[in-house]
Amino acid sequence: MVQKTNLKTAESRNLRARSEEEPSLIPPVDICEDAEGITLIADMPGVSRERLNIQIDGDNLLLDGAAAIDMPEGMEALFAEVRATHFRRSFTLSRELETEKINAQVKNGVLTLKIPKRAELKPRKIEVNVG
Amino acid sequence: MWSFRTRFGGDVFDQLERMRREMDQMFGDWSVGPTAIRSVGAGTYPQINVGASEEQVDVYVFAAGLDPKSLDISMQQNLLTITGERKLDEPDNADYYRKERFTGSFRRAIGLPEDVDPDKVNATYRDGVLHLVVLRREAVKPRKIEVK
Repeated sequence: MVQKTNLKTAESRNLRARSEEEPSLIPPVDICEDAEGITLIADMPGVSRERLNIQIDGDNLLLDGAAAIDMPEGMEALFAEVRATHFRRSFTLSRELETEKINAQVKNGVLTLKIPKRAELKPRKIEVNVG
Repeated sequence: MWSFRTRFGGDVFDQLERMRREMDQMFGDWSVGPTAIRSVGAGTYPQINVGASEEQVDVYVFAAGLDPKSLDISMQQNLLTITGERKLDEPDNADYYRKERFTGSFRRAIGLPEDVDPDKVNATYRDGVLHLVVLRREAVKPRKIEVK
């Protein structure tokens, strides 16, 4: 148990060190919910399926992707609004979401995650009986 | 190593940019000195990077989720103008918690180095990044002069 905690601390320290030396971009997201579950859509231009990493650790969801940009030899920057190629953002999920059944798709640099709700926890309409 | 960061993320550049951004956040764009006439506020969709080498100028437009058919790219001398529209598929019966992604039409104009050839532009759209390669005119490429 103690060992496990240590490991976890070391890991988060590593993550922090990495994110400090290499600044990452926070992708803008849309998040909506319907009866079936939650849909999360994130803009990550330049990130292909192979370079995208989605991790679920307990109730923590981490989106992590690296953009691949073709650059010719000897190029110098004239103007830059985007200063990093690494996208990173995390979210806390709640218990009624079925994390084993998350569906992820990437198209044109847009990631769509569908996170279904557990069947037994889908909203039920409660009838009010008139007495 | 030729990484993205060494080319677009230089240190001095970075610090100046951070200062500019902090000032922008405090006072809005108009407070700090003159602003480039065609510049836009930080975080506008789509964001653009421009890089130059001897042969060509590379323009990267970070435009995720765009229908390339909606794009209209034009060059007037060295002024590049990109217009387009991004439509989002929004489900009907959903409640939104966050709507951070841009929707609607946009227009960006950007001045490239004066020696670009407006007839020699090549555009590709992949994984949400529009990459334009504009060739530079022959005459201004640095020539090697041999000493006899």
